[in-house]
Amino acid sequence: MQLDDLYRRVIMDHYKNPRNRGTMDNDSVTINLNNPTCGDRIALQLQVEDGKVTDAKFSGEGCSISLSSASMMTEAVKGRTYEEALELAERFSSLMKGAPVEFEELEDIEALSGVNKFPARIKCATLAWNALRKGIEHQQQS
Amino acid sequence: MNVNAIREQFPILHQEVNGHPLVYLDSAATSQKPRSVIDAVKRYYEWDNANVHRGVHTLGSRATDAYEGARSKVAAFLNAASEEEIVFTRGTTTALNLVAGSYARSVCGEGDEIVITPMEHHSNLIPWQQAAKATGATLKYIPLQPDGTISLADVEATVTERTKVVAVTYASNVLGVINPVKQIAEIAHRNGAVMVIDGAQSTPHMKVDVQELDCDFYAFSAHKMCGPTGVGALYGKKAILNRMEPIEFGGEMIDFVDLYESTWKDAPSRFEGGTPIIAGAVGLAAAIDFLQEIGLEHIHQHEQHLAAYAYEQLSAIEGVTIYGPKEGRVGLVTFNLDDVHPHDVATALDSEGVAVRAGHHCCQPLMRWLNVSATARASFYLYNTEADVDRLVGSLHRTKEFFGHAIG
Repeated sequence: MQLDDLYRRVIMDHYKNPRNRGTMDNDSVTINLNNPTCGDRIALQLQVEDGKVTDAKFSGEGCSISLSSASMMTEAVKGRTYEEALELAERFSSLMKGAPVEFEELEDIEALSGVNKFPARIKCATLAWNALRKGIEHQQQS
Repeated sequence: MNVNAIREQFPILHQEVNGHPLVYLDSAATSQKPRSVIDAVKRYYEWDNANVHRGVHTLGSRATDAYEGARSKVAAFLNAASEEEIVFTRGTTTALNLVAGSYARSVCGEGDEIVITPMEHHSNLIPWQQAAKATGATLKYIPLQPDGTISLADVEATVTERTKVVAVTYASNVLGVINPVKQIAEIAHRNGAVMVIDGAQSTPHMKVDVQELDCDFYAFSAHKMCGPTGVGALYGKKAILNRMEPIEFGGEMIDFVDLYESTWKDAPSRFEGGTPIIAGAVGLAAAIDFLQEIGLEHIHQHEQHLAAYAYEQLSAIEGVTIYGPKEGRVGLVTFNLDDVHPHDVATALDSEGVAVRAGHHCCQPLMRWLNVSATARASFYLYNTEADVDRLVGSLHRTKEFFGHAIG
């Protein structure tokens, strides 16, 4: 097992320079999620307009996998409709199950494919995506 | 103590993980099992298995003897006054829940107090939270000193005449501190409270004498002391146990059942409804034999040595923070590496075959007290060696280097 398989350069880049880390005042919805196995937590804020995610920010603590995944997710969902964002989350789940999923222009996300070989770490990678799902479902219901 | 000969008795230790010989440093989560324990459970199923306390047939008698024999063994191991003071449970968690769910809920009322500490494992914290909520009692915490120890002056200041229960861990699964439970019990009794000790992290590693400690309840798990998972025990003073109501009802725990009313057997049977954990108790008895043959004093000394060695080696690495006091600790070292999340540390160590725990260790309030979200922890047992510590240290150096480059 090689650490480089998991910790690819692009992951470490997102960890070191997370995109969209911070908070916003004009959010439409905030989702707080814990990873109860390790105590990590994320607060995801989404701003939505006309059925689209217009902005996303996250804060909280976590390991390199959870923070880089949150960074990539917030980058990826901006400008997407609820359906597109949920479909992306669905594709990410498949990636974590080891399916050969392509993310086209979002190739950064594919770097997380190595996580599926580390079952204990899948929950780290999916935390932000679960928050996204909850946020959108909340918006769809309200 | 011949550690090499001891290691030979643990089949699981002789394997490679990720291309490296396994170094198992997670015994505080669960210990590995020696051949004698595995064989005892196997032999029970191959030879003696039957339900206990009911069959007239020979296997029924053998199974009952094995199960009750295990109870006597546990009683002697803890120096309980009688085997009737030993209730078999699923483990420490179930044992503590029994005390909180039965005893605490019956004696506590509005304005009464339950006293614990911020270093408790969730299993010695949430049951009391729930009991306090249900009864209107106040949950109070004995504060911790900056190094994570408890001062008796603080115990005196926290425990009052309104206190009904004081529940404290003998040894912390994170800080490694050994608490002065005997002195705390004395303060609890002086105020009319009972003393509950969480023995999950002490029982495997040091000699325990419940009469000398004069505690009212003592809980532990078999799986952390070379025994099987799914079994443990609650020690309780006989007079108190017999005043407690059961919290589980069913077969074996009854004295007489009528359509609308039933009565219970005396302790411990009243707390052991249903077919008990027979094979587990047999495995626990074998584990006690195994540990006593080596000697708890020797095991304790060996682990103290390893913990001191690990403390010294780890503190020599720049960027490593160790939590808890330097002296007076059980065989575990909880630490963090600057700028690297403990999850990443544990994955990196695992890639070299070194198994450590990372996370909150079921101690979220203590993590907040330490002002961290998680930590890594290396914990030692009788089968670990200085060479294991060296492997940890070497691997930690490479981890630091890897992440230093990766995020540098």
